[in-house]
Amino acid sequence: MTTKGYTLEAHADGRGNPMFRFAAPQAFFPLAGKMIPWFAALAALFAAAGLYVSFFAAPTDFQQGESYRVIFIHVPAAWMSMFLYVVMAVWAALGLILNTRLSGMMASAIAPTGAMFTFVALWTGALWGKPTWGTWWVWDARLTSELILLFLYLGFIALTTAIDDPRRADRAGAVLAIVGVINVPIIYFSVKWWNTLHQGASVSLSKAPSMAATMLAGMLLMALAAWMYSFVAALWRVRSIIVERERNALWVRERGTAS
Amino acid sequence: MNWGSLDNFLAMGGYGLYVWGSYGVTLLCIVAELWGLSRRARRALTGERA
Repeated sequence: MTTKGYTLEAHADGRGNPMFRFAAPQAFFPLAGKMIPWFAALAALFAAAGLYVSFFAAPTDFQQGESYRVIFIHVPAAWMSMFLYVVMAVWAALGLILNTRLSGMMASAIAPTGAMFTFVALWTGALWGKPTWGTWWVWDARLTSELILLFLYLGFIALTTAIDDPRRADRAGAVLAIVGVINVPIIYFSVKWWNTLHQGASVSLSKAPSMAATMLAGMLLMALAAWMYSFVAALWRVRSIIVERERNALWVRERGTAS
Repeated sequence: MNWGSLDNFLAMGGYGLYVWGSYGVTLLCIVAELWGLSRRARRALTGERA
């Protein structure tokens, strides 16, 4: 047999290109299980350090008082919401191109966590907007495009769960994810392209940070915590997806209920 | 940053509702997601249909 399935089995044995070895769900399942505790420990560590800096090291803002402390959740959540969407779209595209089973599973595993961070970015934005702008919500370019991101995530989840055949669901979801990726640069550049109520980029590679070093440190630590948490959530979810989809495969049945 | 007392810390300079509303709901989202993940993993491994 020279089908794709056959080549993947060969890779699962450790022969062939090592890059593709873990593309087999069978090989990736235990690897993901081994990685989860490490990412969880890192997430807890970064969150503890980040929260300490956010509340005890970072000074009061001279304009916004203590209300600005929402930034330590808001900005990392907004970064993750965009970053995870791009990662999800890349996995989806890889699935379309290479027809690997794991790719679609990874895309599906990332979507709920991306949606969660998008919701958190919008929620904390509303709670920050009220004391600083005097309103919970405005139809500003940044806020509107972030809301569209939430709908893209929810649309992806709804579409992929509505189709019974997982491989067809992956392909349909992939098309949606890839088309929707155009929204990410729109969110990112919205504060430049349009005259928005939302402020410009907090951190930029091309100019010196416009905030105190401790504020920046708190934000980066919280972003690292959010990143490590995303690994935990996506890897944990993909393990369930692998078992759900390959329930009837021999390796899952032989494994029994062991982790 | 020295808050002096727990009351001052909780008050957040009058912005307690906004600051704790942000951190609280974020924590709630994370706890809910982790709970859902562990439930899904248990169901998947015991072979129960979700």
